[in-house]
Amino acid sequence: MRNVAILSWAQTPFKRREIELSEVQMVMSVCSEAVRESGIPKHEIGFTCSGSSDYIAGQPFAFVGAVDALGAWPPIMESHVEMDGAWALYEGWLKIQMGYAESALAFGFGRSSMGTLPETLNLQLDPYTLAPLGIDSISLAALQARALLEGTDHSEREMAEIAVRSRRDALDNPVAQLKGEFEVEKLLAEPTLVSPLRKHDCPPITDGAVAAVIASEELARKVCEKPIWIRGMDHRIEPHQPGFRDLTRSPSTQLAAEKAGADPSSLDVAELHAPFTHQELILRDALGLGANTRINPSGGALAANPMMAAGLARIAEASQQIRSGHARRALAHATQGHCLQQNFVCVLEGD
Amino acid sequence: MSEEKQPVKSITTPTRLVYQWAATGTQAAFLNRIARGELIGQRCPECRNVYCPHSGNCPRCGVATTETVDVQDRGTIITFCIVRVPSENIDLKLPYCAANILLDGSDMPFTALLDECEPADVRAGMRVEAVWRPKEEWSNTFENIRYFRPTGEPDVPVEKLGAWV
Repeated sequence: MRNVAILSWAQTPFKRREIELSEVQMVMSVCSEAVRESGIPKHEIGFTCSGSSDYIAGQPFAFVGAVDALGAWPPIMESHVEMDGAWALYEGWLKIQMGYAESALAFGFGRSSMGTLPETLNLQLDPYTLAPLGIDSISLAALQARALLEGTDHSEREMAEIAVRSRRDALDNPVAQLKGEFEVEKLLAEPTLVSPLRKHDCPPITDGAVAAVIASEELARKVCEKPIWIRGMDHRIEPHQPGFRDLTRSPSTQLAAEKAGADPSSLDVAELHAPFTHQELILRDALGLGANTRINPSGGALAANPMMAAGLARIAEASQQIRSGHARRALAHATQGHCLQQNFVCVLEGD
Repeated sequence: MSEEKQPVKSITTPTRLVYQWAATGTQAAFLNRIARGELIGQRCPECRNVYCPHSGNCPRCGVATTETVDVQDRGTIITFCIVRVPSENIDLKLPYCAANILLDGSDMPFTALLDECEPADVRAGMRVEAVWRPKEEWSNTFENIRYFRPTGEPDVPVEKLGAWV
């Protein structure tokens, strides 16, 4: 395996509705900042990969439009995943592992505000038997939360505590969307949105983009003073049909963490992509995280959930924790699909 | 054949998603000007190319475009095709001509309808101008221009169309 490092990253300010910048302009702002900060000249980036979904844009081949942000002339080596930008970074990492590139730019973006996101996400389901029921992403998450509350010792209070902690931590995150001081008792007094979920258990709808640049050790040593080393990276998938799974557990996260070499006792920080409060409980259990690991100092996806970029944002935030000296070793997690169907884990470390 | 062995040849699963597309800053600037019968473009600070319609960035250089310039509603045909195939989405009498037109003052051809011209007479290098709808029908849309038509000016020699042909 080649040693690969994260050199730089950039995030847009996350907003409920971005009305000034188009997707292309959002992508251009984060990609040009990440490339500039990487120290690698723009035309020497070896590979570029994006993560996005045309269903969110409401336009076929919207992802191709994002290439306009890159200045792809002379033509560049480029690819796309219909996944969060974390998986785009994974593809870039593979290209470096295989020796096809020495560096890669990964980005994810979306303007979820243009559509009705919970209904759009229905189209991720099996189109013959499940999607026609019209069940949306919040209802599916609620089924999972109910299974967790009934089947384990976890409580609605713990879920509200996660919301309070996330929004409070987001006060220190300049790009976070939903932040502030809240009280557990007051949140628990709110009515349910889709029982047992209350509004604070659900992520905000967010427009935004995130980019990151990675490079081989040889190149990273030349251009970067404080590279963030990717010590391990893996992603795993569970069956598509949610009824087939034990929704209270996340064996794919557990397995990905094992393969990525994530020893929980060594982790100072974990940035978990848990769009719903109860999903953080499931992920914490799957990863075996204890009191030595600070969870989501950025506020996580409950403070800003840019679809197709929120996972890559976790990698950016975990890297930031290391670069700023708040952590020596950190875990970044990304998820995709309903009820934590697909999970990505990477372990990051400073020099 | 028993009922459960009957082949299911199709199922219908209607899906409807509603999107509210919001014109962003640069797009709104373009649409507000076309509502007044004017075309604008933006110039790239690096390669100096002008784009119309513009999206606030240069796809060649990957940088923001900030300088707004006027673009004429007349230009030159770069390439064209004559369409003789009907399409459910297009309500036009066949045959019709789709032309790539390089507007005067712009460096990026765009595709538009050509009319008031026999298909056999269309050629690369032909000079054309926009035919606007009546002013009272104008709104924030490219459809303010009904089509382009020949001006009768001498053709631009094909060799002068440079990189475009």
